[in-house]
Amino acid sequence: MQTDPLLQMRHIVKIFPGVLALNGVDFTLRKGEIHALMGENGAGKSTLIKVLTGVYSSDGGEIKVDGQVISIKSPQDAQNHGISTVYQEITLCPNLTVAENMFIGREDSVWIKRKDYEKKADEILSNLGIPARSTQELGNCSLAVQQMVAIARAVDMKCKVLILDEPTSSLDDKEVNMLFDLMRDLKSKGVGIIFVTHFLEQVYEVSDRITVLRNGELVGEYTVEELPQVELVSKMIGKELGELSSMGEHEEAEENKKEVFYEAEGLSSSDALPFDFKIRKGEVNGFTGLLGSGRSESVRAIFGADKVTGGNVKINGKKVSITKPIEAMRNGIGYLAEDRKRDGIIADLSVRENIILALQVMNGILRPISRSEAESYADEYIKMLNIKTASRETPVGSLSGGNQQKVILARWLLTHPEYLILDEPTRGIDVGTKLEIQKLVLKLAEDGVSVTFISSEIEEMLRTCSRLVVMRDRHIVGELKGKDLNQTKVMQTIAGGESENEDKQ
Amino acid sequence: MKTNSKKLFAGGLGQLTIPLIAIALLVIFNLIRDPSFFSINLSQNNDGNIVLAGNLISIINGASELAILAMGMTLVTAACGGQDISVGAAAAIAGDVFIKVIKAGSVINAGIVILAFLSACLVAMIFGAFNGILVAVFRIQPMIATLILYTCGRSIAYWINGGATPNVKSSILSGIGSFIPGIPIPTPVLIVALMAIIFKLLFRFTSLELLTQSVGINESAAKLNGINTTFIKILSFVILGVCVCVAGIIGTSRLGLINHETLLLDVEMDAILAVAIGGNSLGGGKFKISGSIIGAYVIQMLTTTLYAMKVSSTDVKAYKAIVIILLVVIGSPVVKKKFDKLVRQRISLKKNDSKGAAQA
Repeated sequence: MQTDPLLQMRHIVKIFPGVLALNGVDFTLRKGEIHALMGENGAGKSTLIKVLTGVYSSDGGEIKVDGQVISIKSPQDAQNHGISTVYQEITLCPNLTVAENMFIGREDSVWIKRKDYEKKADEILSNLGIPARSTQELGNCSLAVQQMVAIARAVDMKCKVLILDEPTSSLDDKEVNMLFDLMRDLKSKGVGIIFVTHFLEQVYEVSDRITVLRNGELVGEYTVEELPQVELVSKMIGKELGELSSMGEHEEAEENKKEVFYEAEGLSSSDALPFDFKIRKGEVNGFTGLLGSGRSESVRAIFGADKVTGGNVKINGKKVSITKPIEAMRNGIGYLAEDRKRDGIIADLSVRENIILALQVMNGILRPISRSEAESYADEYIKMLNIKTASRETPVGSLSGGNQQKVILARWLLTHPEYLILDEPTRGIDVGTKLEIQKLVLKLAEDGVSVTFISSEIEEMLRTCSRLVVMRDRHIVGELKGKDLNQTKVMQTIAGGESENEDKQ
Repeated sequence: MKTNSKKLFAGGLGQLTIPLIAIALLVIFNLIRDPSFFSINLSQNNDGNIVLAGNLISIINGASELAILAMGMTLVTAACGGQDISVGAAAAIAGDVFIKVIKAGSVINAGIVILAFLSACLVAMIFGAFNGILVAVFRIQPMIATLILYTCGRSIAYWINGGATPNVKSSILSGIGSFIPGIPIPTPVLIVALMAIIFKLLFRFTSLELLTQSVGINESAAKLNGINTTFIKILSFVILGVCVCVAGIIGTSRLGLINHETLLLDVEMDAILAVAIGGNSLGGGKFKISGSIIGAYVIQMLTTTLYAMKVSSTDVKAYKAIVIILLVVIGSPVVKKKFDKLVRQRISLKKNDSKGAAQA
């Protein structure tokens, strides 16, 4: 109460056809505060943000900035009231310079000379401690710096309220710290920051307050001190968290007895260097390593997603050739791709059509799945995976991220794969769905399905996998199992410690 | 009527709403202008058959080639996110092959006509595959890829019959191009219906519709789901090839001669337009063949109406353009969104009203 509210949203209501997306939600942001907005996917975070930024118009409630009631009808309105947003995906132009990106499309910039705004940009950048030069092409900067340039642009547009929507999801630890320093700096300058993220640790690192939403309703507003992490999670998913710790008891001894399902020798593709790999029936293994370490490229090679350039592959001990996705699918392999939007969903098609797609492709063009069959498949999996959708005919693009991911999972489960590769299935989705997916993975393994699970969150992999393949610089540098499966050991291996020679037993 | 219109709008503007409204407006306009415009009567034609005649019949009949081309064009558009501008030229090639094979025989019987049709079809499918390979394998923009055949197609047609425009007198051909004795409905109309049924069956008994839409909406995801995207795209061009052949043969049979210079001239733009008026995105993805067929009839009805109003043939194109601008703007996502919002507000207002009334 010691600082004035900068932004007040009162009883915000937003109705979508058939869904009450926001039901009388309150949100208060004070000057010089970092305020985390938390909730599962579908809780209403993005809807609230979009109401605030004028992308959606609200169906009720009022918004006050500095005590004045305002109406926001378009993103331009929001900007004029000092509300700026930096989205998860960088929305700048990579082929322009940093300075051009900072001033492009702003009314006052039409006649400013290039030199002038380069100088001005440099000033702002050095002021905020952003390691970039104004004349540099934006595409040559790291993602973190690009993110920061976007923030600098927002800040320079005299913003009072800065919304950061998942700003850290594609950054590594060092870059995250840089971003946090910038956020703290802005905070000390009196900017109110709304921070939307799925990374719980990060919330506690920078935020002052936390507002939790669930199912379109306000759960509460808390200071960071009064809400420990475990309680935050239980507030978000609305239940106690006994199940978190009980998952992932590894039974190593038994696993070695199971038969090998898939085995590759010297497999390589246009994007992956030759590597050896095998997985047993009912085993959950993981590929880990930093971004760019080659983990996704390796699993893509297994699925034949990139041009396969060499190697021997055996399935159930029999030699097979897998050079195209369809061949992998016919051999019982499914692959959930890393980039859900680009490689996963067919956005304009319905949930039903998205679910049956892979099975339909395997059936071939001449054996269509009948409408009634497709409907019963869709209903079955919507129920089984608890997919939240208005109906099975809803376009999948309009679902929340977590539910889109479930639809793609359903698509592969419907093909009854013997080996399922999940590349970052939990990225950018809420805690509740994450747990559901982890549980599903373990259940599949129990039923004898082999699973390869990739995640940027090592903790999550330790919970689900019984064996971790560690990669660095496009090479496999280690394989961890049993008592070696702990965070320290994984970190050491990734960083290149003593475990270098373990893979050559 | 009122409840009907409510249903039509309740779910937002459906894909077919605008083309259907366009047809309705054209019909109403013509009825006001000339109440007898759509009267249909039976008359005897030159061959002595009793046949249906009237403006409506000539509109539906005249749109046949366009409707058939629009069906195939829809599929290519959906799969490739681009259009084939060589359909007119390819139809001329198909027509020339058709006549060449018929002329090669000493007598004209059903057998030789079927053989001629199959040969023309094969040739059109090969040219379709050629376009498809340029688009799918070499990743050339569809409009540029088909520009090749657009440019040289009519020259190829010219070579087939050595530059001549041979005519064929045959009851079989007039049966295809105008009327089969004893059936009062023009044959081209029946062929359109047949093609529509074939497409319907194709989508019913194969998964082509789902696969094509997947490729058109998200090619990268389609590939990772095992779809052979190259094959789907080439296939769409080959199927359009069949449509081109059928349209070419109807056009040829109407006149009983093949003129490689004038057969279905400028039809490609109308075919693309029919797809667009039918509410299909020219960027590919989801599609409705029925929309494109209605689109074809809209175009033909518009042309006929203008001629009936004694607009000179040079001016027709300009008037056509005005109507088309209106249709395309009304069908644009921007206007649609605004309209949807308005309708939803109205509905919720009405709901509140009735609630209030119930409470009182």
